[in-house]
Amino acid sequence: MIALSQATIYGLAGLAVFGLGLMGVLGAAERLRRLIALNLCAAGAGMVLIAAAWRSPPAVPDPVPHALVITGIVVMVSATAVALALIRRLHSLETDTDD
Amino acid sequence: MIDMPLLPLIILMTSLGAAPVLLALPERSARLRTGLNLAVAAVKVALVIWLAWKAAHGVVYDLRLSVLPGLDLHLQADPLALMFVALSAVLWLVTTIYSVGYLERGPHRARFFGFFSLCVAATVGIAMAGNLFTFLLFYELLTLATYPLVIHRGTAAALRAGRIYLIYTLVGGLALLLGTLALWGLAGTTDFVPGGVMAEVAAERPAAAQALFVLLIAALGVKAALVPLHGWLPIAMVAPAPVSALLHAVAVVKAGAFGIIRVVYEVFGIELAQGLGVTGPLIAVAAVTIIYGSLRALAQDDIKVRLAYSTVSQVSYITLGVALAGPVAAIGALAHLIHQGVMKITMFMAAGNLAEGLGVKKVSQMDGVGRAMPGTMAAFSLAALAMIGLPPFAGFVSKWYLAQGGIAAGQDWVIALLLGSSLLNAAYFLPLLHRAWFRDATPEAANAPARRKISLWLAAPPMVTAGFVLVIGVLANAPFSPLEWTRFIVTREFNGGL
Amino acid sequence: MTDVMPDPLTLAILLPLFGAIAAFLLPRAAPAIGLGAVVATAAAIAVLGHLVVQAGTIFVPLGGWGAPLGIELRADGLALAMLGLTALIALGVGLGALAAFAGETEVGGQPMARQRAFFWPLCLLLLTGMNGVYLSNDLFNLYVMLEVISLAAVGLAVLGGTVAALRAGLAYMYASLLGALMMLLGVGFVYLQTGRLDLAGLAGAPDSAALSAAFGLMLVGLALKTALFPLHFWLPEAHANATAPASALLSALVVKAGLYILLRLAEAGPFPGEAILTLMGVLGTGAVLWGGVQALRAERLKLLVAWSTVAQMGLIFVALARAGLEGLSDSWRAAALLILAHAVAKAGMFLAAGRIKDVIGHDRISELDRSAVRPALAQLAFALAAISLIGLPPSLGFIGKWSLMEGAMMAGNWHWVAVTMAGTLLSVAYFTRALTGFLRFDRVRAPLDEHRGWALADAPPVVLAGLAVGLGLAAGPILAVLDLGTPFGAIP
Repeated sequence: MIALSQATIYGLAGLAVFGLGLMGVLGAAERLRRLIALNLCAAGAGMVLIAAAWRSPPAVPDPVPHALVITGIVVMVSATAVALALIRRLHSLETDTDD
Repeated sequence: MIDMPLLPLIILMTSLGAAPVLLALPERSARLRTGLNLAVAAVKVALVIWLAWKAAHGVVYDLRLSVLPGLDLHLQADPLALMFVALSAVLWLVTTIYSVGYLERGPHRARFFGFFSLCVAATVGIAMAGNLFTFLLFYELLTLATYPLVIHRGTAAALRAGRIYLIYTLVGGLALLLGTLALWGLAGTTDFVPGGVMAEVAAERPAAAQALFVLLIAALGVKAALVPLHGWLPIAMVAPAPVSALLHAVAVVKAGAFGIIRVVYEVFGIELAQGLGVTGPLIAVAAVTIIYGSLRALAQDDIKVRLAYSTVSQVSYITLGVALAGPVAAIGALAHLIHQGVMKITMFMAAGNLAEGLGVKKVSQMDGVGRAMPGTMAAFSLAALAMIGLPPFAGFVSKWYLAQGGIAAGQDWVIALLLGSSLLNAAYFLPLLHRAWFRDATPEAANAPARRKISLWLAAPPMVTAGFVLVIGVLANAPFSPLEWTRFIVTREFNGGL
Repeated sequence: MTDVMPDPLTLAILLPLFGAIAAFLLPRAAPAIGLGAVVATAAAIAVLGHLVVQAGTIFVPLGGWGAPLGIELRADGLALAMLGLTALIALGVGLGALAAFAGETEVGGQPMARQRAFFWPLCLLLLTGMNGVYLSNDLFNLYVMLEVISLAAVGLAVLGGTVAALRAGLAYMYASLLGALMMLLGVGFVYLQTGRLDLAGLAGAPDSAALSAAFGLMLVGLALKTALFPLHFWLPEAHANATAPASALLSALVVKAGLYILLRLAEAGPFPGEAILTLMGVLGTGAVLWGGVQALRAERLKLLVAWSTVAQMGLIFVALARAGLEGLSDSWRAAALLILAHAVAKAGMFLAAGRIKDVIGHDRISELDRSAVRPALAQLAFALAAISLIGLPPSLGFIGKWSLMEGAMMAGNWHWVAVTMAGTLLSVAYFTRALTGFLRFDRVRAPLDEHRGWALADAPPVVLAGLAVGLGLAAGPILAVLDLGTPFGAIP
């Protein structure tokens, strides 16, 4: 019972992180902040899935959600890299035109 | 002679296939364009004659392409289709010749002839459509193909006219789409069948059948210029003369009238339509349109606008004859479909010549033009007299049958309507003839140099069509005359009741 | 099938992937490699088509580890039609790109040589993702492929390198990533409920609140990616500011990936209820109306075209909802027809808009009629594409709209017929704005440049737009292909 609620707490915390990230994506004005907020969303989603994969010992955790999370992380890292490159490029273009 | 089951498709493809080639030809390849235009138009006339010959000898043409389950694109060559195809093929040839002369060295000829060709393809498709679905397809194509022709001059006035034309016809097209859809939903078929396909529906849901009739007639009434849906027609007069000629004679207005014929006879069936009580209101609308168009024509000084209002009035003769619901009136209606086409195309081409040759665009400028352009004015006068209904010309024949049909249908007041209309026809055409032949040209007009020499390309076509007006009137009872053909059609539509 | 020669399903994904890598490594040869890879992919799809016609649905487990957990590819009629469409559009847009990237660099933009070099790897990567989506048979693979598409699409959106394109591209990327995360979360929940990831596993799953929530998350994510009103905010700027070939791919293909997944989810079921479906129809209606109104107000041609995408996507959702849950087993055909119609027409239209912009030098609608030079054939292509998008016969768009309205009418849902009619009228109104400018000449000051006949660069838009119109006549065979392997169960 306690173990279950522990997983539930992690899951709820993950959802909360996802929600915080969502607020940031929708609310933030700055590009970089929004990107970080998106990463927060991803972390939240990952937490939810990992918490849900947990099984009380001696059962081992379900590996399939882990695989999902790892793939999600890979996708997010590459997407963040692309987004950062775009932000840098935009920044330099905008400062050029401002001069 | 070998059998060619694809003949209707080939006839359709002559102009449909020519269109993209004409559009793609560079502007300066004038000779090639003219040659191609004339060749295609002539081939088409030949093919239509062949088709008529085979069809008259019992060959049945029936081409289907399944588009959606149960829904076919269907081309056929029934006598009614043949009549309209023949009319469009012959008048297209004439108008093509005229257009070549009219647009000599004008801008955007590639575009003009491309869409012109498309326009005729659409008309042929409308004629040979074997169901309302196919009809709808070509009806919309006609709208799209005529729009660039209406705004050909590219001026602000032309664009305004084009916009109004497009709004009217596209909304009408949408209504027709809705009607086709509803017919498909109600009757489970959109086929044109002599006697109609709506009997069961009408028995179960008469209100739905009536609503569908109103929707379809209103949709077609836009192009047929039934009052109060006629607003676009007088405004569309900004189009170049050959376009107006074609629009009024075979293409747009006639497409609407032809559609009304198909819907009344072959979707509902004339007896069913009578039983539903919808022919009465249609007669009323047609009668109002006939009188209203004539009255408005009286007040117009612009020759083309006067002719346009005359079309509004004259085309409704067809609707009137259909709605009178008797075989004799039907003969009048169908004959008028042809006769009005030949007469009106003559007048529009002649009016175009006046504008091109003398700069005369208004009735008030017509003093003495008969002497300046005797051939053109002779053609115009002949067509005008025929339009008024003077025997022995074409217009008289159709009016005669309409009147007889009115009596046969027990609607004697139709005679009064026709007489009144003929008087109004006379009132708005005779002053033109009087000015042209019996008044002297004003001094400044007499001394003004000719704006442009009228070449044979321009001069010949109206005279040729004026010849048709004479011949089809005088030889109305000869075999293969339009009148004989319409008798044959009506026998079929009324299941042998003459 | 031997181990040495991979099956055509795998090839349809791998060929463009290898092509993308090769094109990236050899930038000078990129166009040749790109076109070669597209043609090779098309050949693989042709072989696949042959197999599907013979066998109906084909399954291929990858690496010997299939459903319910492993990756399994599946091809049926719906997938085949989408594969064929995508290959056709990739080929058309690719040929169009040859001309588009031969021109001069836009002010403030990326040098043409770089654009040309990067277009092909991105285009092929997009093709990889699209084909992957069509052939995937499990939720997780769908998610991954969707991400491949997203990255390629963002790259394409910012290819031009202008500030406007970069800004719009970044906004697009954020929307796309957020949608992906929702999709991921939804996929995870589905797995936790059912213990499976394959689509077939969904069919047998008992209906539960948690599963509905999972579906809801996926639907929101997909709605974001397909720009369903009101989640369309990112689309107009992103599509309008990209270079023409990129816009063509984004509008014709990328947004369809989400729709395709939606179709597959609806096919697998259990779909989360009548209310959700109706909501989709309502939001679709919002898209049709709002997109139409915005297209009427757009000042630039490409923006108008982009807003029309919003409206047309809405119409596809209306098509799905036209006859309720019960009618879904037939409504998907109407939606699929509209997807195909929109894709072909919009690809042609964006290429045409790009040509018009290149020739005239700008794409401000109010000043199109001031130019003495008129790209006549590009304008013709635009008009033809408009005919299909408006839904005039005999175009494929017309057939799609007809199916939509027919089904709605038969189910007594006249309101969906009314929405379709309203959308049609709006599309007439906004396309006429552009078409009128093409045909108007009285505001030209300089002597007119006369029509010179065909140019090769006009061929791709004209052919694509012509196909959009002409394919309506082939609706019968297209429907027959869609029904191969009977997606959505037996034909009613």
